[in-house]
Amino acid sequence: MTNLLILPILLPMVFAVLTILFRTHHRHANTMAIIGAVLHLFVSCLLMAAVLDRKVISLWVGSWPSPAGISLVADYLGAIMVLVTAVLHTAVVVYARIDITVRQIQSGFYPFMLLLTAAICGAFLTGDLFNLYVWFEVMLMTSFGIMVMENPAGRLTNAVKYVTLNLVSTMVLLTGIGLLYGLTGTLNLADLHDKAARVENTALLTSTALMLMTAFGIKAALFPLFFWLPASYHTLPASVAAFFGGMLTKVGVYALIRLFTLVFVTQTHITHTALMIAGILTMVSGVVTAASQMDIRRILSFHIISQVGYMVLGLSVLTPLALAAALIFMVHNIIAKANLFLVGGLMHRVTGSFHLTQMGSLYKTHGLLSLAFFIPAFSLAGFPPLSGFWGKLLIIYACLESRHYLSAALAALVGLLTLFSMVKIWSEAFWKPSPRSDTTPAGEKLSFWSLAPVLCLCLFTVLLGLFIEPVLQLALVAGEQLLNPAAYILAVKGGG
Amino acid sequence: MEWLVSACFGVMIACGVYLVLRARTFPVILGLTLMGYAVNLFLFLTGRLHTNLPDIISPDQTRYADPLPQALVLTAIVIGFAMIAFLVVLSLRALGELDTDHVDGQQEKPPA
Repeated sequence: MTNLLILPILLPMVFAVLTILFRTHHRHANTMAIIGAVLHLFVSCLLMAAVLDRKVISLWVGSWPSPAGISLVADYLGAIMVLVTAVLHTAVVVYARIDITVRQIQSGFYPFMLLLTAAICGAFLTGDLFNLYVWFEVMLMTSFGIMVMENPAGRLTNAVKYVTLNLVSTMVLLTGIGLLYGLTGTLNLADLHDKAARVENTALLTSTALMLMTAFGIKAALFPLFFWLPASYHTLPASVAAFFGGMLTKVGVYALIRLFTLVFVTQTHITHTALMIAGILTMVSGVVTAASQMDIRRILSFHIISQVGYMVLGLSVLTPLALAAALIFMVHNIIAKANLFLVGGLMHRVTGSFHLTQMGSLYKTHGLLSLAFFIPAFSLAGFPPLSGFWGKLLIIYACLESRHYLSAALAALVGLLTLFSMVKIWSEAFWKPSPRSDTTPAGEKLSFWSLAPVLCLCLFTVLLGLFIEPVLQLALVAGEQLLNPAAYILAVKGGG
Repeated sequence: MEWLVSACFGVMIACGVYLVLRARTFPVILGLTLMGYAVNLFLFLTGRLHTNLPDIISPDQTRYADPLPQALVLTAIVIGFAMIAFLVVLSLRALGELDTDHVDGQQEKPPA
């Protein structure tokens, strides 16, 4: 039964190989990738059900004994993240049917995409710090591959920067891992919980924590380490930007949540204060920079940064409610943000531009597209009863509850500025009369394949908002589990 | 011995950081390579420095060199090698297509 844990990683890998075989038949490759994504979604649901049933499940891969082997663990947080990954991956692969060109498929879009999904799920499920590093490297490699496929010249320099910065972060991460191993003699996360608490040299432990925070902070695009993100995301095809923008930074956030609830919990007055300051600055700087942009993809990229700030703020407060809020916000954000990138791609398809000044009167010509933009955008801005409202409300509430009044006030203010950006896109692209009145207003007709995934993600956002009560209960259990990792440790060390 | 090795590590990191901050792709790649060496050395050192000790754990051996960092460093070397190779190819493509090896993809303007 615990072998189920390996499936969300293994299945996309198998289908990646199959899509390599079909790379010259692009229709078949797409069908194959969709089948893979749907199966992956199915096993992710099974995994979620198993976790709901047994709280934490773990597996020592290859049955190697405790200290030497690598464990896979799924608790609530991990299982929820895998499920959301699978949902988004399915939507993106369906959308890719119209978005990705034949040349891009031939240069390996689907295999890279499936391997990326496998790596992300691996990062969510692993119980070993070094293994986490390896999954991050697989993620990077595949994202490099996707980034440079059939490249317009501008994308190459962005890719060089992206690769360089990620290599630097990898080195910081490896040094941190080395320090931690030198201090504790283990890299298993459950083991580290006890052993890190017993380390006498707390100064060195704290510097290790800050080193790992820097490394994952670069991946999660925390202030002041976020400059690579807007520089590289805005040149990607819409479906890729959606998947990268939705998932990649969140894996960094996930790693931060895992490490700073399970391993580094003894020196919270240093580590979690640093996280809080970084979170607040990330939030504010992201949203302020976004306000001055006019390219939809750039606006959305800067908003990724600002919303990562909310999640890290939730983590830094370190109460069950705050962690639950961070988790809900993360789920909401992955779906809504990716959806906005997909809608942005459709707007480009219709108007021929990503620039707001070139768009207009979409509301009149494309009603369904307007709806598809309205729901995620205003969910992101925090309109009740959409999911983003609850995420922000809970984070602000958790801040107030633990007397971080300034953080709460800034979080509310950033919400307001997010609304400003979304209203800007809305009034410029949808309400303003089209600047190109001489040409026919309605461009290309949007097909089923392009609208279906977008509308499904919209539905997900609405449902997440309407049924917040059961979701909150689930997230609270996840938060409790993170703060009291006894069950997690027992499941890992007891051999599952 | 410890002093010598940690000094090596420090000097390599310092050179690496200096080179990474250059504006041309070639020094940047060299810098990343140097930093990669330094980090791998560091990872290897987390098993502590020993001489003449076996790395096989058996009941009749009371002291042994920690084998795990050696396994970790092998993994890290392989991954780092692949990353650097990819970056070299990417930079060469960028040089070929953009006709400059500046990391921003364009020459900075000559001072007026």
